[in-house]
Amino acid sequence: MNQPASAYFLEERHDPNETHTLSVLVQNEPGVLARVIGLFSGRGYNIESLTVSETESQKHLSRVTIVTTGTPMVIEQIKHQLDRMIPVYSVVDMTLSGRSIERELAMVKVRGTGNHRVEALRLADAFRARVIDATIESFVFEITGNSAKINQFIDLMRPLGLVEVSRTGVAAIGRGPEGM
Amino acid sequence: MKDKSHDPNQMTGAAMIVRALIDHGVQHLFGYPGGAVLPIYDEIFQQSEVEHILVRHEQGAGHAAEGYARSTGKPGVVLVTSGPGATNMVTALTDALMDSIPLVCITGQVPTHLIGNDAFQECDTVGITRPCTKHNWLVRNVNDLAKVLHEAFYVATSGRPGPVVVDVPKDVQFAVGTYHPPRKSDVHVSYSPRVKGDAAQIRKAVALLASAKRPVIYTGGGVINSGREASKLLREFVEVTGFPITSTLMGLGAYPASGKNWLGMLGMHGTYEANMTMHDCDVMLCVGARFDDRITGRTDAFSPGSKKIHIDIDPSSINKNIRVDVPIIGDCGNVLGDLLQVFKAEAKRPDIKAWWQQIAQWRARNSLSYRKNNDIILPQYAIQRLFEATRGKDTYITTEVGQHQMWAAQFYGFEEPHRWMTSGGLGTMGYGLPAAVGVQVAHPDSLVIDIAGDASVQMTIQEMSTAVQYELPIKIFILNNQYMGMVRQWQQLLHGNRLSHSYTEALPDFVKLAEAYGCVGLQVLKPADLDGAIKEMIAIKRPVLFDCRVAALENCFPMIPSGKAHNEMLLPEEATDAATASAFAGGKALV
Ligand SMILES: Cc1ncc(C[n+]2csc(CCOP(=O)(O)OP(=O)(O)O)c2C)c(N)n1
Ligand SMILES: [Mg+2]
Repeated sequence: MNQPASAYFLEERHDPNETHTLSVLVQNEPGVLARVIGLFSGRGYNIESLTVSETESQKHLSRVTIVTTGTPMVIEQIKHQLDRMIPVYSVVDMTLSGRSIERELAMVKVRGTGNHRVEALRLADAFRARVIDATIESFVFEITGNSAKINQFIDLMRPLGLVEVSRTGVAAIGRGPEGM
Repeated sequence: MKDKSHDPNQMTGAAMIVRALIDHGVQHLFGYPGGAVLPIYDEIFQQSEVEHILVRHEQGAGHAAEGYARSTGKPGVVLVTSGPGATNMVTALTDALMDSIPLVCITGQVPTHLIGNDAFQECDTVGITRPCTKHNWLVRNVNDLAKVLHEAFYVATSGRPGPVVVDVPKDVQFAVGTYHPPRKSDVHVSYSPRVKGDAAQIRKAVALLASAKRPVIYTGGGVINSGREASKLLREFVEVTGFPITSTLMGLGAYPASGKNWLGMLGMHGTYEANMTMHDCDVMLCVGARFDDRITGRTDAFSPGSKKIHIDIDPSSINKNIRVDVPIIGDCGNVLGDLLQVFKAEAKRPDIKAWWQQIAQWRARNSLSYRKNNDIILPQYAIQRLFEATRGKDTYITTEVGQHQMWAAQFYGFEEPHRWMTSGGLGTMGYGLPAAVGVQVAHPDSLVIDIAGDASVQMTIQEMSTAVQYELPIKIFILNNQYMGMVRQWQQLLHGNRLSHSYTEALPDFVKLAEAYGCVGLQVLKPADLDGAIKEMIAIKRPVLFDCRVAALENCFPMIPSGKAHNEMLLPEEATDAATASAFAGGKALV
């Protein structure tokens, strides 16, 4: 094993990375989002997407949805590290449960005239995107779906005059009658 | 409006803080005043239930509180001012977080209307301390203060203990509000650490242990944190099973060093027998330890043939570095109790005679041996003599960080828990002296010794002044090798013997320094004078600084080199230049 001079064991791990969506129920108090984000930056975990909003204002509960990548061991760590934070009620791995719905909303601005404009509108229709703003040379589409669908739509809009995109990030919920 | 002037629970925020300390049974707090905490200091002045110990640097208050906490099992309490007071606490908070020490730190803050304005002595205390506390709070309303203070004590001391910070703006300290004594509803409903282990997992563990041919018990600081009962149960469990036992740096004393099943400490500077036993075992029972990188060596070669049982109160400690087969989440003492009960009822102690014979062979390698010297004091010898001189006495040991710390762990035999205070996780030079101050405050009649290094001790040396002020007869036993020995050792092993800035030139005259502070200074140069001087030190009922001049170039062995496994230890008699070079091959070592 060839490692440079170090007081640490420099190992490389080669486990494959997985992508997981975590739903985290937290007490909505000052600094709680900073705690969650600080955990990820401090421990070197990835955040692919993060959404947060209060979901039960009476109980001051917020729901954070995080899409993260890592080896299975790291994903397990992330869940435990989140769970042991004082204001965290529960952490559910939506990917492991296998029975969850994930949705994202994007607003996509496209600028163009003539054929490009017609084609953009046709594709939007096929993707069930709605026009929420229009000028004679532009549209803003609203599209909802899983991230893959949105990525695909954005890719298709690119040659047709894509100007900019605003995405909410992923929200997730389990199927069936039970809550988390 | 109702007349509240006679309601005894109506009081200022500052008064609430002192009241809450009293309600939580706090007898001592360590602190340093400043503008943002003056209302609290004013309250402290007007009462006599809580004694305040004035340190000389806020970091010292933090470490003193850590020493206090570790030696008593009670939380350590700190009070510091805003801005620099709070930032000076960061090292101690991080240290306490890494070693799971319960601390409640109250910081003053600028008045709420000035927060965010870069006011004088303002800093974002909750932002700065968020990653180095178990939890923290900024209290903006005096009527939230009682609840937060009570929750702070609960969070610090329950589950896996740790430091917490309560940041209180000055206007909240002046404001009048309603106090209430501690009650259950003060705690976040989202926080409920698990104490009892899962019964099915405990059965699985017992079955595994009963079938073991080459078992080992590997314990850590969690056993100490769990309380004295856990150590008692651990001892009984060892007795009942007859298994060999080793421990991390943090766990020393849970099982007595004189016990016949004791293998010594494990890990980077652990004994050969402890590390070989870990490597070759078939069943490992890990209790309240966390498979830290100083323990495991190379993780892919760590105890490759064993089934692993892991008891820990913190689920995030499980499967973090090493995959285990039977995780049990719960308090060490609680789970040990259940484990013992089920083992006694359902299992028979396995025959492990052959395993003990193997261990005896490893022990015979005598991995802590060193060559004797009649002219210069060897540091190992100094610790051994200190141990002999204090054996059977009511002694507490703290340390700084470096070679002396490892030698203390190797050569000082701990018989009881809560007697050994060292900075394990963070490795904070400057920990030991203020920690000794804290220990002595808690145990005024005991013998409290900081085993120190010449470099480390200078990081918080001003706390000698605290020791003098409060008549705390701590002993600062410096293994003075005139080097940052541990840094030099790594430079010798890994950086071609280029001793870059690890030599401490212009060391102070420690004896004169001690005298300047009003302590007693002693110096010893020769092995022949050592015993007498130690005896003298112990007899002096005042703080003593003991300058023990030791061999400058001695290194700490045995050792697991970087990137190596437990069975690739470097033993002292093998640590010739050539062997060392090849052990560290791949590095730029000794080329
Ligand atoms: C605050 C801090 N700074 C730097 C280090 C890195 N470090 C580890 S051991 C050591 C040298 C300690 O020297 P000394 O106290 O004389 O102990 P010795 O190793 O000589 O026994 C240093 C600089 C540290 N652990 N803590
Ligand atoms: Mg030194």
